[in-house]
Amino acid sequence: MDTRTAHALVRFGLGRVGQSEVPPDPLAALAAELEGPDPALAQPGASAAEGLIALRQDRAARRARKADGALAEPNHVRGLLAAETARLADHVLTTPLGFRERLVWFWVNHFTVSLRRPQVAGVITAYIREAIRPHVTGRFHDMLLAVMNHPAMLMYLDNVGSIGPDSPVGQRFHRGLNENLARESLELHTVTPASGYTQADVTSYAKILTGWSIDLRLNPPGYVFRLNAHEPGDKLLMGRRFPHGRGGALEAFAFLAHHPATYRNLATKLVRHFVADDPPQGAVARLEAVLRETGGDLKAASLALLQLPEAWTPLTKLRSPFDYVVAVLRAMDLPPARRPPQMTRVMAGLGQAPLAAPLPNGWPDTAADWAGPEAMMRRIDWAYGVSARGAELDAPELADAALGPLLHADTLAQMRRAGSRRDALTLLFASPEFQRR
Amino acid sequence: MTVPHPSLRLTRRSALLGLTAAFTAGRYSLALASAATPKRFVVVILRGALDGMSAVVPYGDAALADWRAPLVPPQPGAAGGLLDLGGFYGLHPALAGLHGLYQAGELLPVHAVAGPYRVRSHFEAQDYLEFGADHAMTSGWMNRLAQELPAAPGGADTALAVGADIPLMLRGAAAVGSWLPQSFAQPAPELYARLLELYRHDPVTGPAVAEGLKERGFTEATLGQPAAGGPGGFAALCHGAGRLLAAPEGPRLAVLEIGGWDTHTQQANRLVFPLRQLDAGMVQLKAGLGAAWRDSAVLVMTEFGRTVRVNGTGGTDHGTGTVAFLLGGDVAGGRVQADWPGLAQARLFENRDLQATADLRAVAKGVIGPMFGLNAAALERVFPQSGRAAGLAGLVRTA
Repeated sequence: MDTRTAHALVRFGLGRVGQSEVPPDPLAALAAELEGPDPALAQPGASAAEGLIALRQDRAARRARKADGALAEPNHVRGLLAAETARLADHVLTTPLGFRERLVWFWVNHFTVSLRRPQVAGVITAYIREAIRPHVTGRFHDMLLAVMNHPAMLMYLDNVGSIGPDSPVGQRFHRGLNENLARESLELHTVTPASGYTQADVTSYAKILTGWSIDLRLNPPGYVFRLNAHEPGDKLLMGRRFPHGRGGALEAFAFLAHHPATYRNLATKLVRHFVADDPPQGAVARLEAVLRETGGDLKAASLALLQLPEAWTPLTKLRSPFDYVVAVLRAMDLPPARRPPQMTRVMAGLGQAPLAAPLPNGWPDTAADWAGPEAMMRRIDWAYGVSARGAELDAPELADAALGPLLHADTLAQMRRAGSRRDALTLLFASPEFQRR
Repeated sequence: MTVPHPSLRLTRRSALLGLTAAFTAGRYSLALASAATPKRFVVVILRGALDGMSAVVPYGDAALADWRAPLVPPQPGAAGGLLDLGGFYGLHPALAGLHGLYQAGELLPVHAVAGPYRVRSHFEAQDYLEFGADHAMTSGWMNRLAQELPAAPGGADTALAVGADIPLMLRGAAAVGSWLPQSFAQPAPELYARLLELYRHDPVTGPAVAEGLKERGFTEATLGQPAAGGPGGFAALCHGAGRLLAAPEGPRLAVLEIGGWDTHTQQANRLVFPLRQLDAGMVQLKAGLGAAWRDSAVLVMTEFGRTVRVNGTGGTDHGTGTVAFLLGGDVAGGRVQADWPGLAQARLFENRDLQATADLRAVAKGVIGPMFGLNAAALERVFPQSGRAAGLAGLVRTA
């Protein structure tokens, strides 16, 4: 494996799987992953409707339990989430290069929905399948729309109960707005405060979004637009007028998705994620131009990342705990039965519980956020623990397969002097070069 | 598993840490010498924006019930009622431990405060709260405070982050340790030593791992064997932090954080659990500090408050003015400090929020100035361009 190939697999992929075949032209292979639909969508997976039905069943069981006090804790949602999480884990560990999968998780983090709000547990994996995966190589506008009418986002940021104060429902029950989704949609998902919006814009956008809700009683349950909870009249957002009704929000999404400040935000975040903590301005400007010229084509933007000269300078990004655990397990390539159980708990122990970011801005994306002293010590300790599973692995051989010429001579020398295979593997996985991507 | 005798364990660590010191020119040393001040200062960040008027309820303000009757607990004396703070304010009933501190003269709520930068974005507001400025900086104010304190003779860290990562508030030029109870099995010290060799030239992981090892050597010497079973709750974390701070050679500054405050829906129910956690944590922090509590002050603060009105879903949205707590043996408590702006409609900030009448930097300066004997120039280095937010007087007992 030459340096350029090793670099491509680490920077843009999830790390090589064991001794899997190395593509002769790494750039072409990475680009090829963006052709056609996401392969994960060909696998079975629970829909949002199934998740909401599970939630409905749990709520009914909980009510029954309160009534007679004898039934077991309801677990439809928990069972569904465990099964879906296992599928996700299997996919990230086995997908060939992982460029598309890296992009999926980038967008999942951009549009964070988190298990910190337990009511989303039944629909959070469906959210990835339905709102994120279909659009990773499509248009940002379509992804935004899919996110904004997905039950997971509507529940997570409280829009389901946001009522126009002057709507029939608002008047009758004296209910009102909840600004949460409107504010985070502007601040985090689209234009950012750099665009200069005001509190009045947040309130106005919240009014535009009234009525965007879910109905658990429908069959199948899911998204619904409640006209009788929608704030009447035109609304003004960032100097533009948006009409009454569901169409007002659709127009607002189109406006926000194609706003220059949104392109700037997305370009900056993509470059920070794939290139450097401190995004080089030239690279950001190129990505921004691609988004502008293509009307927010995310496939074009993703392919442009591969062509950035800045992406081919030495690796400085620190792998997040998620990326790190995935890269170690891919390198070890253990048969499913011998993989460590509860990968999500390991990631949580390293500071990044999957799908459970503390706040709507998602997980941070710079080394300073992940390289605290105790955080690094925990990586070393976990590397030592997982290395116990590699008793029959040849550490130097595995190091060469995973890192090729990126492996430092010092690391190899220390591995050769290690007292056990476990220690040698620990040295590899804990080495500074293995932390990089 | 055989448990090594604590002193033996420390000796093995000593050898390892000595080796660390060898290549970092003595900066990292096992000689955890006495710090040069007996005072301890702790910041607890409540991330997500605490509704200050639910924690310290201004029940004496006649307009309160007009805006938010569903969020106001019963009057003091009633079942499940407020815990009175002198006739105008009352503590939320979940804060019984804090009420005990109030009665002992060790709790000083400071009401109608806000950070230096008036925005309603959690993320920006937290950043500016941690920079301690109304503009972006490359370091946090607790790190700059660490730089102002007299260096401990043995070079031990002055400051400690309780958690796996270092919050912005503690980032900067001063070396900072971090601590979290262990949950993974640990390799033998020799393997760490080999790894240190590999990290030596790495600008990111090198200093972090060296610091992590040093911190573990110290925390294990102070707390003994790491407890099995992973991190406990916030209260356990506070107790451990208190014990580390209490050690004569321990850190003198610490930052803890706790979330769960972003109550956009069903606030009356949702707020009870985080308030209980905070309450238990502060009681445990005092217990862990032991005799050192006498020389301690704790500042509990959040990025902003929440709307005065209840929103459409039984919660509150992002607002401005809120409450901060000072507690500790060195705090001149037993009262509520506030220039109360009132809740009449004309008095609300932008017709939605509690007006802020004090800057959180003025609260912090009013504590660290007298406690650590910092003059105006030093305080200006900790909080640049904060001249208009002069330190509040009379917050601590230190003359």
